[in-house]
Amino acid sequence: MTELSNAPKPDGEALKDIYRRMLRIERNEDEILSTIRKGRLTMPYYSARGQEVIPATVSHFLNDEDQICTIYRGVQDMVAKDMPLKPLWAEIAGRVEGTCKGKGGGMHITHPETGVMVTTGIVGSSMPIANGLAWAAKLDGSDRVVVAYFGDGASNIGAFHEALNMASVWKLPVIFVCANNLFAEHTRYEDATSVDQISKRAIGYGMPGFTVDGNNPDDMYAHMAAAVERARSGEGPTLLECMTFRFRGHVLGDDDKYMTKEEKEAAMAADPLPALRQRLVDDGIATEEELASLQESLEQEVADARDFGLAGELPSEDELRRDVFAEEIPA
Amino acid sequence: MSEMEKMHAIQAINSALHQAMAEDDKVLVLGEDIADKEGGGVTGTTAGLSTKFGTDRVKSTPISEQAIMGAAIGAAMAGYKPVAEIMMMNFTTVAMDMIVNHAAKLRFMSGGQTNVPLVIRTMTGAGWQTAGQHSDFLEGWFAHTAGIKVVCPAFPADYKGLMLSAIQDPDPVIFVEGGGTFFIPNDVPSDQGPIPLGKANVVQEGTDLTIVTWSAQTVRAMMAAPAIAEAGISAEIIDLRTVSPWDKETVLASVEKTGRLLVAHEAVRNFGPGAEIAATVNEELFGKLKGPVRRLGGPTCAVPFAKNLETAFIVQPDDMVAAAKELMG
Ligand SMILES: Cc1ncc(C[n+]2csc(CCOP(=O)(O)OP(=O)(O)O)c2C)c(N)n1
Repeated sequence: MTELSNAPKPDGEALKDIYRRMLRIERNEDEILSTIRKGRLTMPYYSARGQEVIPATVSHFLNDEDQICTIYRGVQDMVAKDMPLKPLWAEIAGRVEGTCKGKGGGMHITHPETGVMVTTGIVGSSMPIANGLAWAAKLDGSDRVVVAYFGDGASNIGAFHEALNMASVWKLPVIFVCANNLFAEHTRYEDATSVDQISKRAIGYGMPGFTVDGNNPDDMYAHMAAAVERARSGEGPTLLECMTFRFRGHVLGDDDKYMTKEEKEAAMAADPLPALRQRLVDDGIATEEELASLQESLEQEVADARDFGLAGELPSEDELRRDVFAEEIPA
Repeated sequence: MSEMEKMHAIQAINSALHQAMAEDDKVLVLGEDIADKEGGGVTGTTAGLSTKFGTDRVKSTPISEQAIMGAAIGAAMAGYKPVAEIMMMNFTTVAMDMIVNHAAKLRFMSGGQTNVPLVIRTMTGAGWQTAGQHSDFLEGWFAHTAGIKVVCPAFPADYKGLMLSAIQDPDPVIFVEGGGTFFIPNDVPSDQGPIPLGKANVVQEGTDLTIVTWSAQTVRAMMAAPAIAEAGISAEIIDLRTVSPWDKETVLASVEKTGRLLVAHEAVRNFGPGAEIAATVNEELFGKLKGPVRRLGGPTCAVPFAKNLETAFIVQPDDMVAAAKELMG
């Protein structure tokens, strides 16, 4: 991992905020999975269990004006960015109350009010569009930053290379956040990637690149603080390669045959979520009661969102003719 | 009466871009070599823009078609109106994900929360011996994609007016600049305003036969017109101008009147846009047709290099005359 000199450290409030966002992701995912298992949601689900520190810490530094472009495994990124859960649930349930009126689904959630601009199912495509949003921020004279989320496998697609080069040449306020969970679908990182660290690729594009412990809030905090500062002050993009592990395979139903039992168990034993909770208690940052009440309120929020989503109306077939263009296509 | 200015297509586009950028500071231009330092575009189409409007709004880019389209998409979603040049239409192939999966679909997939008001300017056409990778008319691919409009002008005034509309359109537009239309100067009113997308132009009225065509093929249809008239055939020539959404109303009204239709395009005939037009006319006017709809288009091969082969690849005015005669029986 790359050390930063004078690395800023998260204070108690920051750690609590990061934990809140992590728990919101985890509680929400837990409910999504159990609702799928009950047969009440039908969607391909790409779990991010184990990766929560990354979007939680990234989002700690973002406001509603800041924007993200994310991927199919991106529900965590929206939840971390405090997207309201009701329109999210209605969307994944395919209901018209969904943020995209049920026309995008989990893989294409968009919620501009909280800066969720694009969710793409195409590996690598979050990055070129993040550049455009960042170009707009610059033209607006705003200090808005844009985060492009993607996985390690996405650093092997052409779009990554084109986007990093352009972002660097144009000094765009983008932060490229790569969640390196060591696998791209079933392919091991080292079997498909030419360098031992994706952060090294930043060198070729003249931008700072760091390999960060993506399960460690302090390390994530320090690097994200520096990247946001760079972006907001007009110094340009940063690539953060955040090392992590996904506990529940590529997509729900994946049997994990391509990883060893040992490595998975080791990763799960180091689960960053209970670890941070313990730290909050041990360091006197939060009391057990406080954390229990946080959990309860998040579970209530999730349950309300689930009920709202599942009770929604199915979109009318007129929706097939709407939003293709600004003008509705005549029946 | 507005004054007329003689312009060719490239000058008309340049004039539209200058006007649009002056009128609306949200309009941006980007692409390879498009700023003045790099010559104002390989054909000079964007000349003068960066000098006048600055290199923040008029940006030369790396040779990165995906990144160009991504930058245009993101800026468009954030309220700008980018005009992105993809130098040649064949180069759209390396940016198809951005164009088809993103620009064209984000409005729908987001349930209308976002939209992508961008223009892709792209040049193409056989006749320059640029062979297989610099000549294809691929308008049919984009017309087959929901969510993107396809504009293929033929005349300078249309280039200007349609470009002004394309820039202000709230949805993505691919604006095809046909090489075969470039060097024929024509009158453009000095106050030429926007011309609506999706409206065809009847360039010659007639009663026996309808010819539907666009871009360079419209120019060739006009070259064929005198010989068709000499053969005693009164042809109505419709310049479609916008291939998607296409002006069914004008075409159907014309074919209802003439009872005969010839569709001619430079794109390969096989699965070409002419098939869609022919099928629609058959569905709507079956009992009223005096003969089967005829299609002319390129053969199913890559655009060839050798001059004689390239000439044979292109639907020539003579081919149109022969087809018109055949249709009349
Ligand atoms: C262009 C493209 N190719 C292939 C796929 C199929 N696919 C979906 S996810 C994935 C693996 C991506 O791995 P990585 O970038 O490491 O992200 P992760 O899924 O691990 O978060 C692949 C190959 C796709 N969606 N898009």
